[in-house]
Amino acid sequence: MLKVEEISRKYGELTVVDKLSFSVNQGEFVALLGPSGCGKSTSLKMIAGLETPDAGSIELEGRNITRLSPGERKLAMVFQSYALFPHLKVEDNILFGLQARKVPKGEQKKRLDSVVDLVGLGDHLQKKPGQLSGGQCQRVALARAIVAEAKLCLMDEPLSNLDAKLRNEMRTEIRALQQRLGMSVIYVTHDQVEAMSMADRIVLMNNGKVEQIDVPEALYNNPKTIFTAQFIGSPPMNIIKSGSENLGIRPEHIEISEQGMPATILSCDYHGADTIVLADISGQGEDQKLVKIRYPGHALFASDQNISISWAPQNEHRFPL
Amino acid sequence: MINRLNLKAWLLLLPALSLLIAFTHWPTLKSFWRSFTWARSDVAPSQFVGLDNYRIMLDDPVFWKVIENNFWYALGTVPTSIGLAIMMALWVNSKIRCTSLLRLAFFTPTILPMITVANIWLFFYSPNIGLFNQLLGLVGIAGPNWLGDPDLALSSLMVMTIWKEAGFFMIFYLAALQTLSPELFDAAKLEGANAWRIFRKITFPLLMPTTLFVLINALLNAFKLVDHLFILTKGGPNNASNLLLYYIYETAFSFLDSYYAATLTVVMLLTLALIALVQILVIDRRIHYR
Repeated sequence: MLKVEEISRKYGELTVVDKLSFSVNQGEFVALLGPSGCGKSTSLKMIAGLETPDAGSIELEGRNITRLSPGERKLAMVFQSYALFPHLKVEDNILFGLQARKVPKGEQKKRLDSVVDLVGLGDHLQKKPGQLSGGQCQRVALARAIVAEAKLCLMDEPLSNLDAKLRNEMRTEIRALQQRLGMSVIYVTHDQVEAMSMADRIVLMNNGKVEQIDVPEALYNNPKTIFTAQFIGSPPMNIIKSGSENLGIRPEHIEISEQGMPATILSCDYHGADTIVLADISGQGEDQKLVKIRYPGHALFASDQNISISWAPQNEHRFPL
Repeated sequence: MINRLNLKAWLLLLPALSLLIAFTHWPTLKSFWRSFTWARSDVAPSQFVGLDNYRIMLDDPVFWKVIENNFWYALGTVPTSIGLAIMMALWVNSKIRCTSLLRLAFFTPTILPMITVANIWLFFYSPNIGLFNQLLGLVGIAGPNWLGDPDLALSSLMVMTIWKEAGFFMIFYLAALQTLSPELFDAAKLEGANAWRIFRKITFPLLMPTTLFVLINALLNAFKLVDHLFILTKGGPNNASNLLLYYIYETAFSFLDSYYAATLTVVMLLTLALIALVQILVIDRRIHYR
């Protein structure tokens, strides 16, 4: 339904978004993922109409919307700061768009009631945003986006202002709402866990360019570039130079075994369910080659202890130099 | 009870307090008392006359004239300069080029002292050589005597006051606008609100605290600032542009009637106190939305 084709945006000499292309299908949850400054927010703003691309086109349901004003695109958006109007009651915040678009009063009421039920804001309609907690503000912002019944909903790091526990709850909740209402969503985040757990497809961006577009499993199992391999997964994939190529192996796929590659323990970082073991696999007199190993349970290794590591061949990834 | 800590606090407050009392509160009380007394001459002892001075005031056509003038002056200058200030602030806050130059241009009238401004405008308004009439002359219109015509004198003063005040108020609005998150306006635009709706529903309500602050200051200035009268009209012709404070000055220092001047001063003080009271009691409570 949404087709972004080769959009670019420059700020002076700096190219922030470079020929970005991707599409969103009806009812699909697409995450724009990447490190800060990779151009994902700028891309979202161009889709929203808050920025104009220097080149390329954006099509929504076959209509070219590249030069339309934000209002004419009829999209909904959830902002990182929520962007709630501090002087308006929750009710008026949610209905702001419907009032601006002159939706009949009865229809407004009907939609308000149903959306308030969905996000659970019943008792707070008469309050001002200043009287609500962060999580409640988030719900108001969500309600304002849902009530518009827009074809496409844009979300710009909507969970980044919440604490870890609430973030996990809202993650599940947003995903559930999206699936229940069949919403098409573009979700911008720098958090790979959010993207992996919520999205149907992920557009991984780096330096304004697309690195890989794929379903979460494919990004994890078949990364096409070293950047993707190291961005998805925590701790990142170990990259070992071997001959004419780079060998990639995830920390969770390395086993500490009787025989295999000799390694020397440098440190152990205990996380509870597992331990991240840092080891050196360089031979005598070579520069250090560090690998991280995810070891289930509590590993009790002494520093400088010599071990052997191995992995199953199907877990190897190979990248050309 | 004054304990040691209290005493220290009072000692620290003493310098400021004694200046305030000596130069503000004591003269205020003195004027208040003086408004109930009268003396035949400067050397004669003053005697208590009760409300006589106030009775004279109510029968004084000039008093009513300056009150009426002050009313129209406030009504004519305050809303217009606030409106202009908002427009200018929105303009220089937008993404156009040369905003710093524009800001400076709008702010210049405020930097100038009122006396300087009045002298500049004296040249604009002069009947024959004045800028306005020369410009009107170019298109073949004989310009009026802006300051000499009783029907125009007060309006001419108002135009100049608006010119001077709007830039000052703009600074407050500009500061307020820059504290507002741009995401609010992005959100409003996305929701399909047009520019007028965004202004009416978002910008203006969020600027309300500033508007009320500016409103009070503008109202107070409408009574307090009469420097330009000394240069431009001296209240004339025939009191057509006279304002309360200038009339007080005339009464005290030209007509040398300090008792009647004190009476007028009390009226002035009560008016200003009333405006301040409205701010403290009503407005402070109603404008906070956070």
